[in-house]
Amino acid sequence: MDFPYIVEPRRDTGLYNAKLGIWLFLASEVMLFGALFSAYVLLRVGAEPGMWPHGWLNVPVGTANTIVLITSSITTVLAWVSCQTRQFGRFRFYHACTLLLALTFVCIKSYEYHDKFTHYEFTLANGKFADGHLVEKSRDFNLAQKTGSVILHGREVEREVELMDLHRPEARHLQHVEITIPATGIKKMERYGPWHHTYLAIYFTLTGLHALHVICGAVVIGFLWGPGAKMWQTDPKRFTNRIEISGLFWHFVDLVWIFLFPVLYLL
Amino acid sequence: MSDHELTAHETHSVRGYIFVFIALLAGTGLTVWASFIHFGSQEINIAVALTIATVKAFLVVAYFMHLISERKMIYCVMGFTAFFFAAMMGLTLWSLAPNNLVHT
Repeated sequence: MDFPYIVEPRRDTGLYNAKLGIWLFLASEVMLFGALFSAYVLLRVGAEPGMWPHGWLNVPVGTANTIVLITSSITTVLAWVSCQTRQFGRFRFYHACTLLLALTFVCIKSYEYHDKFTHYEFTLANGKFADGHLVEKSRDFNLAQKTGSVILHGREVEREVELMDLHRPEARHLQHVEITIPATGIKKMERYGPWHHTYLAIYFTLTGLHALHVICGAVVIGFLWGPGAKMWQTDPKRFTNRIEISGLFWHFVDLVWIFLFPVLYLL
Repeated sequence: MSDHELTAHETHSVRGYIFVFIALLAGTGLTVWASFIHFGSQEINIAVALTIATVKAFLVVAYFMHLISERKMIYCVMGFTAFFFAAMMGLTLWSLAPNNLVHT
């Protein structure tokens, strides 16, 4: 059974099936991310005064990822133009670039996640707070039994609120040093995971969902670059439509990041 | 369209895409630069960053996604989406106002 309007557009709408389908899908995606942005606003406004973090994420790394996604957007659109002008070699080149850029984005994001999962906040028995990356745990370290010690590369502060705004001039001048903390001096230790702070909860939710979109997009792009490219020989117009559809999804992924970057990294 | 016309048309559109790409990179630089400047209040800084992000988003949607030259049906779908998105954000902001039904 042949379905109509797979390649040629309908006369009344001027659209082929997949194009209408992807725009409807993107509409639902707008509402999905919109709901999470709405949650971000509520969490941020609802935070105790001075307890919403600033400067917890690495701005140069986030900027690099933004540039990677913007570059992947233009390589995607150039791949589609190459299909339209029947330059299959160029298409393969631009699509390979997009794929590599997508993988670069995921690698950078993984590095950022790893950085957060090796970052700890310690509530000390003396009422102070220690914060930084874990360098070493002694073999006998056991917090419950209060044995051993940990070495942290970070700093010690009097109040937890001092760990929130790292853009403050005083916070910028704080030196990071290696601190050895015995288990007996630790009341509580916690990684910078989603459970640590509502900011991190919404950060991991938003960027995790976005990264999932990047991975799914990369799988589709990879398929169209590899085994799916056989269609170019039999039905180049339909193949070009497929590139357009995958491109629309990819631009949407870029679009979401355009808002995520300032909201999570800069504001 | 003849092959010659098609090539001329595509060269023109490729130039447009490159222009948008450069504008997006410049917008990214501007966003980062603006975030390190204190405009007087946190609200103004948020407004500046979101304005730049909106302009960048417009460039992506209008030119990379070709919404500027799309069909009526797509405008209809996106119009509904924009309405419901705005309503959701509006309700979110409204819920934060101190004297509304949510808090009584």
